[in-house]
Amino acid sequence: MSVSRRDFIATTAAASAAAAVGINVPESAKAAQAVVESGWRWDKSVCRFCGTGCGIMIATKNDKIVAVKGDPAAPVNKGLNCIKGYFNAKIMYGEDRLTEPLLRMNSEGEFDKKGNFQPVTWKRAFEVMSTQFKKTYSEMGPTGVSVFGSGQYTIQEGYAMAKLMKAGFRSNNIDPNARHCMASAVVGFIQTFGIDEPAGNYEDIELTDTVVTWGANMAEMHPILWSRISDRKLENRDKVKIVNLTTYTNRCSDLADLEIIFKPTSDLAIWNYIAREIVYNHPEAMDMKFVEDYCVFATGFADIGYGLRDKNDPAKYSALEREITDKQTSKVLSENEATALTHLGVKAGDVMEMTHSGKAMAHWLITFEDFKKGLEPYDIDFTTKVAKGDPNESDADFKKKLKQLADLYIEKGRKVISFWTMGMNQHTRGSWVNQQAYMVHLLLGKQCNPGEGAFSLTGQPSACGTAREVGTFSHRLPADMVVANPGHRARSEQLWRLPEGTLNPKPGSHYTKLLRDMEDGTIKWAWVQVCNPWQNTANANHWIKAAREMDNFIVVSDGYPGISAKVADLILPSAMIFEKWGAYGNAERRTQHWRQQVTPVGKAMPDIWQALEFSKYFTLDEVWKEWKITDSLTLPDVRGGAQAMGYKGSDTLYDILFAHKDMTKYAWPDPIGEGFGNTEADGDGRKVEGFEGYGFFVQKALWEEYRQFGVGHYHDLAEFDAYHKARGLKWPVVDGVETEIRFNRDFDQYVAKESPGMQYAFYGPALKAMPSGDLKGPTTQEKTSLKNKAKIFFRPYMDPVEMPDKKYPFWLCTGRVLEHWHTGTMTMRVPELYRAVPEALCFMNARDAAGQGFQDGEMIWMESRRGKVKARIETRGRNRMPEGTVFVPFFDERVFINKVTLDSTCPMSKETDFKKCAVKLYKV
Amino acid sequence: MSKSLSSYRYLLLRRLTQTVILVLFVLASSKVVNVLNGDFSFALFLDKLPLADPYAVLQMFFAGAKITIDVLIGAGIVFFFYALLAGRVFCSWVCPVNMVTDLAGFLRRKWKIGESGGSRNWPRSIRYWAFALGLILSLVFGMTAFEMISPIGIFHRGIIYGMELGWFVIVGLFLFDLLVLKNGFCGHICPLGGFYSATTRFSLLRVRHIKDACTLCMLCKDVCPEKQVLHLVGKKDGIVESGECTNCGRCVEVCDDDSLKFGIRSSKKFK
Amino acid sequence: MAKPGKSRREFILEIVRGAGATIVGGVIWGGILLDNAAGSLVLRPPGALESDSFLAHCLKCGLCVNACPYSTLRLADVGNGLANGTPHFEPRGIACEMCEDIPCTVACPSGALDLGLVSKLVDGHSRLDINSARMGIAKIDTDNCIAYWGLSCDVCYRVCPLMDVAIELEYVRNERTGVHAELRPVVNGDACTGCGKCEHACVTEEASIIVLPLEIAAGKVGSSYIKGWDVEDERRMKELDKPVTSSEAAEKTLDYLNTDDLFDE
Repeated sequence: MSVSRRDFIATTAAASAAAAVGINVPESAKAAQAVVESGWRWDKSVCRFCGTGCGIMIATKNDKIVAVKGDPAAPVNKGLNCIKGYFNAKIMYGEDRLTEPLLRMNSEGEFDKKGNFQPVTWKRAFEVMSTQFKKTYSEMGPTGVSVFGSGQYTIQEGYAMAKLMKAGFRSNNIDPNARHCMASAVVGFIQTFGIDEPAGNYEDIELTDTVVTWGANMAEMHPILWSRISDRKLENRDKVKIVNLTTYTNRCSDLADLEIIFKPTSDLAIWNYIAREIVYNHPEAMDMKFVEDYCVFATGFADIGYGLRDKNDPAKYSALEREITDKQTSKVLSENEATALTHLGVKAGDVMEMTHSGKAMAHWLITFEDFKKGLEPYDIDFTTKVAKGDPNESDADFKKKLKQLADLYIEKGRKVISFWTMGMNQHTRGSWVNQQAYMVHLLLGKQCNPGEGAFSLTGQPSACGTAREVGTFSHRLPADMVVANPGHRARSEQLWRLPEGTLNPKPGSHYTKLLRDMEDGTIKWAWVQVCNPWQNTANANHWIKAAREMDNFIVVSDGYPGISAKVADLILPSAMIFEKWGAYGNAERRTQHWRQQVTPVGKAMPDIWQALEFSKYFTLDEVWKEWKITDSLTLPDVRGGAQAMGYKGSDTLYDILFAHKDMTKYAWPDPIGEGFGNTEADGDGRKVEGFEGYGFFVQKALWEEYRQFGVGHYHDLAEFDAYHKARGLKWPVVDGVETEIRFNRDFDQYVAKESPGMQYAFYGPALKAMPSGDLKGPTTQEKTSLKNKAKIFFRPYMDPVEMPDKKYPFWLCTGRVLEHWHTGTMTMRVPELYRAVPEALCFMNARDAAGQGFQDGEMIWMESRRGKVKARIETRGRNRMPEGTVFVPFFDERVFINKVTLDSTCPMSKETDFKKCAVKLYKV
Repeated sequence: MSKSLSSYRYLLLRRLTQTVILVLFVLASSKVVNVLNGDFSFALFLDKLPLADPYAVLQMFFAGAKITIDVLIGAGIVFFFYALLAGRVFCSWVCPVNMVTDLAGFLRRKWKIGESGGSRNWPRSIRYWAFALGLILSLVFGMTAFEMISPIGIFHRGIIYGMELGWFVIVGLFLFDLLVLKNGFCGHICPLGGFYSATTRFSLLRVRHIKDACTLCMLCKDVCPEKQVLHLVGKKDGIVESGECTNCGRCVEVCDDDSLKFGIRSSKKFK
Repeated sequence: MAKPGKSRREFILEIVRGAGATIVGGVIWGGILLDNAAGSLVLRPPGALESDSFLAHCLKCGLCVNACPYSTLRLADVGNGLANGTPHFEPRGIACEMCEDIPCTVACPSGALDLGLVSKLVDGHSRLDINSARMGIAKIDTDNCIAYWGLSCDVCYRVCPLMDVAIELEYVRNERTGVHAELRPVVNGDACTGCGKCEHACVTEEASIIVLPLEIAAGKVGSSYIKGWDVEDERRMKELDKPVTSSEAAEKTLDYLNTDDLFDE
């Protein structure tokens, strides 16, 4: 190692920690807070877009955002931005911003699902919304209602909504769009380490020798991080190596020393090949001491299905769809799978019954010998056969590249970071492949050290901060707790001041299942916040039909009208990012807060306000009575306990959950907000429909309550005010000190506490008592404690559920482009970004195009078993496809690619595989 | 046909052909129907048959361009059609500027502008000088000189492909004909008109005069945009010999005496 | 054209008047033409002959405009300083999409758009190749290009149909932050077709990368120096056939030598 750990602390860590509190930042670059200068005011904030978490400064004048600049004091980006960040000042001011509530009504002015949208007052909106809620709630109970949340919620918004749903309505049917992007990473973290989120941080980039991107087009999706990687490469061109593993040539290949084009899903085989190289051919490269001290070996079932509805589900799949979806029940094993699953004693042509689709999460300890046996088939020949993605590349070339890749990982003393994003997460075996990344890094002991480790990047600005840390998932509670765990429920009930037994122990429906439930009629009321499920969810034709043709009530809160608003029954105009107080948490555990910069436009109101106002419509008598959830589960009537706590049956959820005296004690005005507005606290200048404000510092109150969940539980967050003095802090923040690298004694104060005298401690508390078994299954139910240990999983290769065939001969991969954010509701309204990339193109190989008789630029049909869409062909440009694969980004609602995609998910994480399905292409 | 309508029969027919041709160009340009694609400089009929403006091609030649076969054939077809068959009908049956200048001429008669003898009588030979000058300038500057400034081009391209400032040129042309010189542009200046005047005098289609039927009412000379070509009226039988006659048929339709008719040049009469 | 019966004097007068008017007309007309030719800041369709030759050939028929599937091409209107009626495009409005079948050039009847200029030889056959089009060259205003500020933009690079060939990224360390690289777009004039997609897409208020016509943007190195490291560069030596000295020059030399002016004050 060129930098010793101690050196590292002395220099980098200290410097960055100092930077975080603004010590070594040049005075000229230091952004003074709330300085009024030439009529405008600069204040720090954070970029609205991706999970990188760049700091920005916002200039406001006359209650309008007039400019932004990169925050030179922000450690992530040091004053730079990408092209989306450049336009933060313009995203809130599109012409068609929603400014008043809109309700579908008939000519009498009554709500009518078939009616047209017409403006209504907020009061009317909440009345209709709560009436509809109560109708469904009394008929179907807590499982009949739902909330579509977001990794773009501010932390306090997500927290308020999770609390309202779980504590108030006793429903776990809240799930964020982060399910579509990070769920597989979460399963990877929880099963491997017992605690969520990356161990390392971005500064590892400057310290590493090798960056390997696995299904992560960072050049477009995390441009500022990519520029840091590029800089590292420039710093030492000979030593530093960049490898791009991808299913098509993308912008990362420009910088890469090695580009490996692999077949969709075969990353599973490539990871195993690397592990096999280590275990079989380079055992000396294994860090045996590390593995013995800190790791155990584990595996799970293979026959777990593909996250589709099975035959018994009241499916609305068409006969054509069933050609694929029936594999949820059983599938015929291919030759490749037979080899990959040698350890199960299967052969090609065998029918694998998906016996364990209900037990996908189950796993157990195995021996190192079993682990080694599992890897046996993944030699270079087999891996090449499974993985070579470009038909025009020779086997020899591909093998050479695989070898080079393995050598980079194996090389003693070479520091390696593996980065990944959606390529590995949106994957029918996404949780497996996440675990495989840790498998290789743990085997080599190249994990949790400066400059080395497997690093899961996030797509959304607060996928970590809100969706994961707050726990807006259907099975989670704040600070990595889960609803199914009685201890976690008890702790949450205590912190939320709820009577015992209030929380529902049964996990709710995940994001895709919320839509499936609506299609089945088992959810009839939905509230969509900060996301666009009807555009961003695969197999969209089903959900659009369910929304518009079934008996249900859909509320969409949004800044701009998108497809979800179009299928809604009630649209609520939401305040956007800089129109409210908030906080985001990025991919390196950095939590960043900002102040409300301007008054929201029109009658738009913050999501927190919407949640709190809605909560006023419900009394404890209505929600905390007895509810039958399933035949075996009944939620008790907790009003007795509530009374004992001094609550009355006529108290509203607002009184108990949000306006409790423990929260109202955070007064507004507060010195930290001097000179800034706070719509929730004082109703701002507009006093929309007479709203005078709640009279207390709502966002601070929510933060301080939320913070209690994590303090002392490995998730320590600092006090509210601390974040307004620093440029973000990486949790756990223990005694005011942030944590650069977790699980390593040199950086993480928890290690000494949990495992005195040891260098590392994988102290994550989840899933730390496991049964043991062999590669086929657990052989004993007796559980072994794995305190402070990480698991090295063996996970096999399996084919994707849908693969190209004669009828549908092309792979379709979907994703993003640098210029546009997700479903484009914001960026497509920035004229410059719209002009730069006005439509989603279908990237394809020129030879494929010629073979189909297509001209570059021609409009063609792309059709799958589920739907079809028209798109324009691009054979040049940013993504160079291998023959047989096409790519279409999903930002453009006119090229509604999710009508085509397949809603199969990783059976463990329930994250949809947007990266592969089979399509045919033909002329318009 | 009522008497009044019958005295406009050719005029209406001309407006029809002028309009139909423009409409066909517009339809092709807007990708609706591809019958006549291009404009008056060059067009493809039914995507196959080339048609080109022979004077424009002559300018190309003088400018030093290599003339392609398509263009040569197109120019040949158009040239021989006018020169051998139809006469100078381009100016009255095809060219859209004719509609503008006819309107100016009509209003000039109606409002009796210039009858007090104010305007000078410009020589009609200007167009021949202009024709020659167009070729010389093409040679000197290496570009198609008249095509660069041609109001005909500005007008028809404007209609087919859209224009903004071009309208000023058309309005200017209209005012020139209305206020400055009767039949000013088409009858005096236009080098393309000069080109066709000089090349179509031997065409088959001619206006024939029968002296005995003539009552010397002189209605024909009133309406004729090139009245010098009717010098034979009331004097002798025969055909209108001058290439400057545009075969517009105004004289034929206004003649109540049947003393002017369209006819075919016969070899007998030719002698 | 003089009619019989006119006197000889009248006839001569008419000729003189005609000639005079023609000269005056010719000067004005010529002035307009010069003005038209001067409007050379214009981007022509792919395959357009070089400016002078183009104006001689173009019939202004608009068939190229009608053939363009993207409404990129327009005919110049009076008064916009371009040769009236000739086809051109403005990339900030609509850029050339570089159709593989180059319908505009194919449609041109007059040869003003020359298929030979957008074709290359493949296996002995001439094949259309839009990449050989030279409509102009993109130039970057590096003062206003935000990629040169260090921002992660490179929108122009990603929209370039010849990415990595016509526009490449230059990786330069950002000395200010110390941890970021600047990814600066750099235009390769040899490969740039001038399609203008970069200019169209540029996100700055006024485009910081603009396409200029070849004649204006491109410099020209004489043939008297050849790159020693590039064999290909010798193709420039074709122009070397020009005579180096002339008899006139020889006379000058003698004049110089024979002029006895060294004692002059």
